[in-house]
Amino acid sequence: MLKISNLSKHFGGVKAVNNCGFDIKENHITALIGPNGSGKSTVFNLVSGVVKEDSGRIIYNKQDITHFSPEQISNTGISRLFQKSQLFDNLTIKENLLLAIDNEDTKFWKNIFGKNKLTKDKEKKVKEALEMIEMQSFTNKLGRELSYGQKRLIEISRTILNPHKLLMLDEPIAGVTPKLRTKISEILLNLKKQGATILLIEHDMNFALNLADEVIVLDEGRVIAKGTPNQIKNNKKVLEAYLGE
Amino acid sequence: MIEAYFIHLAILVGIYLILALSLQLALGYAGLINLGHIAFFAIGAYVSALLTLNGIPFIIAILLAGIISAGFGFLLSIPTNKLKGDYLALATLAFTFVVYAITLNWTSLTRGPLGLPGIPKPSIFGLSFSSNLSFLVLTIIIVLLAYFIIKRIVDSPFGKVLEATRDNELATKVLGKNTFKIKSIALGTSAFFAGIAGSLYAHYITYIDPSSFTIMQLIPILCIVIIGGLASLRGTVIATIILILLPEPLRFIGFPSSVIGPMRQIIYALILLIILLYRPKGFFGKVELE
Repeated sequence: MLKISNLSKHFGGVKAVNNCGFDIKENHITALIGPNGSGKSTVFNLVSGVVKEDSGRIIYNKQDITHFSPEQISNTGISRLFQKSQLFDNLTIKENLLLAIDNEDTKFWKNIFGKNKLTKDKEKKVKEALEMIEMQSFTNKLGRELSYGQKRLIEISRTILNPHKLLMLDEPIAGVTPKLRTKISEILLNLKKQGATILLIEHDMNFALNLADEVIVLDEGRVIAKGTPNQIKNNKKVLEAYLGE
Repeated sequence: MIEAYFIHLAILVGIYLILALSLQLALGYAGLINLGHIAFFAIGAYVSALLTLNGIPFIIAILLAGIISAGFGFLLSIPTNKLKGDYLALATLAFTFVVYAITLNWTSLTRGPLGLPGIPKPSIFGLSFSSNLSFLVLTIIIVLLAYFIIKRIVDSPFGKVLEATRDNELATKVLGKNTFKIKSIALGTSAFFAGIAGSLYAHYITYIDPSSFTIMQLIPILCIVIIGGLASLRGTVIATIILILLPEPLRFIGFPSSVIGPMRQIIYALILLIILLYRPKGFFGKVELE
């Protein structure tokens, strides 16, 4: 579904991503792990168009998206969650979620003439998205009124609501309570059952290895290992480079 | 006599209202620190004045004033698309100086510092707005239309995309929105209404010259938007009325007119300073100025 080949990105003299290549399979949960500074978030930024590569190619569903802008990439069906909160703090939770549903809201004249109505279908999608994370009572709260964990859940919900075939989640459980971790884990497994493909970055090894079908390990910007969670757990290279053993 | 004075003030409030509401759209809702707003006002004034002085009916002139200003707004959005904050402010400020320099030096078109006198009072389909009272009626109609359209924009889902772009452009892009297009539309629409205000101004005063469109003219409009509060149309309306009328009592104290002008600027600057220190969101603002 997603194939990355020979991808490189340098920041000054630092090789953040160095000739990196891997592919991820449809309807799989793939975990991208590695020590701090191994280039995981840069790979995410390159795939989602947030930063431009120095070299290499990114193929998604047989389409070369290497030079696409972030909005073009989103519109091909890749939905991304950032590591840091990207909730619109001055909009309500409902408005935050509605923004993810489609791009009809960018059509100026359609909106001026009131032809982009809040349909029952959109209301239903927002309601279901909030039910999924058990936050129905937060509909009209502003983004800035939420705690970190609540923001994280809303952002995950918004990422899921954004039309997608591939979900890219950068540390979805970072800084959230154990109860919320379980909740997020359930949500992701449920999405997989419904046919979603998920690529996630996670520092919590237990979470990543329990959830993922496949694990890709990065170190110094390149792939050092790839396999099932069990294979990765026993991989000598990984233990040396990642776990420091 | 006193009635004429109040009508004059009401017309000024109306013109400033259109200017401030349109700046609010770009600055408060789309987050574009646009210091080129007065340039769009100038373009509208000159376009409308030149057209009507050459026999074009007022209704066409005012519409073209808005459309041509909007066109310049779109054009300005292209090179400034990737600029934010201070850099955008500087680039748009430069646009104000460019337009000022053009109005001053393209003498064959604008008569430069001599200005354009004898701009006709508006007349629409034989209905003349030559008296100040009738001009006030026309101003009120245009203010209401501008308010209605801008409110419609900001309350619509498109308005929420504007606010999302203001709050976090990257997150908006990642949700699949073309923020370049969105910001261009915001700047173009804002410029459209500034152009309309410019046309009204030119046909009210009946004389324009480059000195009417300097950066100093932007200060009261910026103060109105910030004091009323970013992303608040209600705040903009209230602040416009208060700030335009507030310096008026100075006239009755007996200050010479050479003092009243600078005094107005000092009053605006003081109020702005107090607001920024003690109420950074303004009176009704949703967001703080960053």
